[in-house]
Amino acid sequence: MHYLFEPGLFSSGPVRTALLVGAVVAVTSGVIGVFTVLRGQSFAGHSLADVATTGGSGAFLVGLNQFWGFLAAGIAAAALMEAIGVQRRRGRDVATGVVLGAALGAAALFLYLGSLQTATTGASFTVLFGSIFVISPDTVPALVASGVIALFVVAALARVLLLTSVSPDLARARGVNVRLVGIAYLAALAVSVSLAAVAIGAVLSTALLIGPSATALRVTKSPARAMAVSALTGLAATWLGIVLAYDSYYWPPHGHGWPVSFFVVALVLVGYLLSYVRPRAQRAPRSPHEDECGPEAIVATAATAAGTEGATCSPA
Amino acid sequence: MQEVQKTATVTDSSLAAEKPRTAPADLLRLEGIGVRLGGRSVLGDVSFSLGKGEFTGIIGPNGAGKTTLLRVILGLIEPSGGRVLVDGAPLHNKNKAAIGYVPQKLVIDPDMPLRARDVVSLGLDGHRLGFGFPSRQRRALVEAALADVGADGYADARVGELSGGEQQRVLIAHALISRPKLLLLDEPLANLDLRSEQEIVAVLGKLAREHEISVLLSAHDMNPLLGVMDRIVYVANGHAASGPTDEVVTSAGLTELYGHHVDVVRVHGRVLVVAGE
Repeated sequence: MHYLFEPGLFSSGPVRTALLVGAVVAVTSGVIGVFTVLRGQSFAGHSLADVATTGGSGAFLVGLNQFWGFLAAGIAAAALMEAIGVQRRRGRDVATGVVLGAALGAAALFLYLGSLQTATTGASFTVLFGSIFVISPDTVPALVASGVIALFVVAALARVLLLTSVSPDLARARGVNVRLVGIAYLAALAVSVSLAAVAIGAVLSTALLIGPSATALRVTKSPARAMAVSALTGLAATWLGIVLAYDSYYWPPHGHGWPVSFFVVALVLVGYLLSYVRPRAQRAPRSPHEDECGPEAIVATAATAAGTEGATCSPA
Repeated sequence: MQEVQKTATVTDSSLAAEKPRTAPADLLRLEGIGVRLGGRSVLGDVSFSLGKGEFTGIIGPNGAGKTTLLRVILGLIEPSGGRVLVDGAPLHNKNKAAIGYVPQKLVIDPDMPLRARDVVSLGLDGHRLGFGFPSRQRRALVEAALADVGADGYADARVGELSGGEQQRVLIAHALISRPKLLLLDEPLANLDLRSEQEIVAVLGKLAREHEISVLLSAHDMNPLLGVMDRIVYVANGHAASGPTDEVVTSAGLTELYGHHVDVVRVHGRVLVVAGE
């Protein structure tokens, strides 16, 4: 017989570090994730994660802390994306087929060479699937500071990012340097992905970036609320994941905890599925003439709201 | 080049005849604008001006250079020749605020958490750093702008879920909230059903008359605008002619502009431009 929140839970150093870093990662990913989805840049987030894997495994090979590897590779990848124009369809094809393949291939080589040197298999797992319980206390200040800086950049750019997502031309016409804003945002995204890679692994970092924001988009209508719900959803999944992973030492096989990443990602999925249980936010009433069921109204609504619940043409 | 010269002369003389002394007071004035994109001449020697509260339509077939012309006025494309004067001065950051821009369409998905009122609020300070804190004053301004265009009924709906006509109204409110003197609209009537089209034209006509905002919009069909348009800028074949609709839209005038024969036919108060033999 034991309790989920054991008396020893919060006095354990690694658990406290995990909870602190987990909170920074969850809030950063949650807030930046909303902009990522608004800007249609989930693909960029995923690409950054793939390239970060190379950086993390390279850092492991030369004996550096993985976070610096994730971060350096992420920033370099963000610059490369900007150069080849990952927003363009052709740029995406090139990125997927050539750059990401090469990056993951290099990661495989680095991890293999690294495992020959140290004869431990744990490192590959740490790079790919996270290490939130074995974060060295020295890197905690750097992790927290990186998260705060990324959040600060995105907070400073919040309005401009929203305006650009409404229409880039609109932003340009008002004197916004859309390209510069895009670069600053990609850099913040790279930091956020690197943090998530430390917590739940490079391979899974996209889940913490996109999962909570996808949940938030379903249940909120304003950007500010979406950011709050996304950050809180990510925080809940991360903290609960940490507690469950700690508890899993008592689960079979006895004495071996399950990976935190598994719990976090599973909880993110549960949160997303729960957003379907809740009835979707009611649509505000339209202007009176929109309720008419004429052929024009049907064409108009079908054209703009294809596939959404708003497209119904119900009698008033 | 011969043709260009002729067009320009026609344009200038018709302007001069109509408004002899108001030239310095023009809110917007284009002088001999030429645009080359990728080494190809897209627009040549376009000149026209627009006074306070005037409603002007930039009309022409698809690909004639209407959007290019709007982008030059907005400062998004650097012209290869000529100049744009806003309120008597070349375009710079200060008089840029005098221009409200309404892009052709939103690039927002239906499930994005952005309400109509959020989009309008971005019109106030969306180009600045930081995030706008909600306040009673901001809310009042947003409500007023939405009411001006008749969009108050769906202020809290997600913009991506609105119909094309509703999105146009929200975008117009977004442009209006910063109190521009000139409203530039890129094909606001494209892809609208007939009733939405009439409603948008009525809203814009009201803004020009009652709020004295100059309206400059592009469209490929002039007919919906005939009732409200003070002046037309007809763009074809990279050149433009401007003036009152009846003077510009004639078989002779448009034949010269297109460079091949066209007939202008008037039926039941509608104007049709038909390619001739």
